[in-house]
Amino acid sequence: MYVAVKGGEKAIDNAHEILEEDRRGDLELPEIGVGQISEQLGRAVDRVMTEGSVYDPELAALAVKQAQGDLVEAIFLLRAFRATLPRLAVSRTLNTGEMRIRRRISATFKDLPGGQILGPTYDYTHRLLDFGLMAEKAANEPSGETDPSDAGDQKSRDAEGPIPKVLDLLDRDGLIETFEAGAGDEAGEEEVGDLTREPLTFPAGRDLRLQNLARGDEGFLLALGYSTQRGFGNNHPFAGEIRLGEVDVEIVPEELDFPVPLGEITVTECEMITQFKGSKEQPPKFTRGYGLAFGHCERKAMAMALVDRALRTKELGEEPKAPAQDEEFVLYHSDNVESSGFVEHLKLPHYVDFQAELTLIRKLRQEHDDPGSGSEPAAERAEAGE
Amino acid sequence: MGDGTQVRGYNFAYLDEGTKRSIRRIILKAIAIPGYQVPFGSREMPLPYGWGTGGIQVTASILGPDDVLKVIDQGADDTTNAVSIRRFFSRTANISTTERTTEATIIQTRHRVPETPLHEDQILVYQVPIPEPLRWLEPRETETRKMHALEEYGVMHVKLYEDIAHYGHIATAYNYPALVNRRHVMATSPIPKFDNPKIDRIPALQIFGAGREKRIYAIPPYTEVKSLDFEDHPFSIETWDQCCAMCGDTESYLDEVITDDEGTRMFVCSDTDHCRRRRDDGHAGPGEPGEDAPGDDNGGAGKGLPG
Repeated sequence: MYVAVKGGEKAIDNAHEILEEDRRGDLELPEIGVGQISEQLGRAVDRVMTEGSVYDPELAALAVKQAQGDLVEAIFLLRAFRATLPRLAVSRTLNTGEMRIRRRISATFKDLPGGQILGPTYDYTHRLLDFGLMAEKAANEPSGETDPSDAGDQKSRDAEGPIPKVLDLLDRDGLIETFEAGAGDEAGEEEVGDLTREPLTFPAGRDLRLQNLARGDEGFLLALGYSTQRGFGNNHPFAGEIRLGEVDVEIVPEELDFPVPLGEITVTECEMITQFKGSKEQPPKFTRGYGLAFGHCERKAMAMALVDRALRTKELGEEPKAPAQDEEFVLYHSDNVESSGFVEHLKLPHYVDFQAELTLIRKLRQEHDDPGSGSEPAAERAEAGE
Repeated sequence: MGDGTQVRGYNFAYLDEGTKRSIRRIILKAIAIPGYQVPFGSREMPLPYGWGTGGIQVTASILGPDDVLKVIDQGADDTTNAVSIRRFFSRTANISTTERTTEATIIQTRHRVPETPLHEDQILVYQVPIPEPLRWLEPRETETRKMHALEEYGVMHVKLYEDIAHYGHIATAYNYPALVNRRHVMATSPIPKFDNPKIDRIPALQIFGAGREKRIYAIPPYTEVKSLDFEDHPFSIETWDQCCAMCGDTESYLDEVITDDEGTRMFVCSDTDHCRRRRDDGHAGPGEPGEDAPGDDNGGAGKGLPG
């Protein structure tokens, strides 16, 4: 006997209990700690912080643990938490020129002030599974004897002061576009938009675009950036500079008129240089694409910089042709919390729409098989009385 | 069913008062311009986008401690997501909930309008996935906003006309476009076109929330909502040859249920509260196919398919 399904609440509770068992896995194995995740799965934690828009390695690690390593789910957890946080202040613009650098490379100059610093990188590793890591032994611990200064150009460490940015060197020669007025200005901090408070409208300013891209899905931006390299959008980019390290976050409290440091955060910054042939208004020059991510997210920062440049097409008087140059297409579809929610909502019941479609398809089929009945909406109440 | 166990650490109905106030201002604007989609600063809720976050934010913003909330999905109170949303509010706001349409002051819904007529003291909150009725005809928001501003709806009429040219009738079964207050074409959230007449000039306030798309729109009480059509092809709704197998109703929207491996079907009311109320009042349907029908009319219905 058919009975209308009841007990959804019990089913949901049971499902979540099973999920909890599934998450914990084999009880013979020790439970993974949040500290272990933030220390040993740092790249996962960095991605969750970047796309989750919260710089908090501990909470991001908790989200990774709770989501069983499903990073998009972890990002969602962190975002939902973020939405409940008050905004106490807006920080001053980060000064990445003052970064305490751990890694810094430029693909545009063989040598340059500050030198090339490889730092912690998978570049030039041979991608061979390291079976040594299978054994959980103290013997596998790094010796700790590596001198960080060996991982790069010796000269770099000689210079104690801040390492100049590659694009600033080009700037001096007037070969690259200068910053837009006000941006990064020490004195007058411009007010920046926040798309988590006000909905995005078009055309979006560069502040909102960069915020959107910084929160955007790494895979989506990677594919779009890649597409510009393959001819969908005429970008010929050079990695002007990629730098990783720690920068200070400062605020200027209302009652004080000097900046107060809040602490430091780790960021990855990428500045791409793209050739620009010039237009009627502007002489030929190099143009910029900018990427910034929390923690060590180099792939993300690079992809972001490519897409940022691609989205400047209209501003530079070029004709947008490719998906990556289409502001509305990119910015409306970059967010994986939005996109995964909507794709996965297809799991929700759609009985009612589907019933409407069933009725319609049956009617269309009937008319298809029997063309004579074509214009008689037999199943429609409007004619029922006739 | 408030059980005194409101989740600690969160404000009443989850959102902070500042956010709720900003959403209420948006709702007032939406009511002032019936059918116009007002952008709002949609928040990331602890439920996924696409799962009712727009409706949840609207409900959270208008909910008071004395409200009685009903949540339905596909017309039913017991579908999993309806259960989940109802529980969200009984936990974060500790308010009373009900499954009875007549008892509710706020009804949050997905894809259906209750069969029971609503009254002035009720608010119907819709969860909306795609608030833009022109989206399938023009994917760009920058364009569709212009089209609404210029009242440029020709493309929608052309689409409906092309249906008639191809099929002899309009082939849109749900999310059937409607003109609100003779000005804005709106997406009906999507409800089946069967429900379109039920949102026209009704006493209850209707608010539509689209969280992911960050839009809110509204139909004030007694506002005209006209389903688009042509003089020679008037709007019409679907009917079934069957009645509800459980309550025998011939007027309600029916869900098709497959009852065995042979593909035998039966039809039951999509609105579970409506169906239960009719059964409580002594109505009965023919029952499941193959059973001895206790029904009062339409014996044997359910074997056939809608014509």
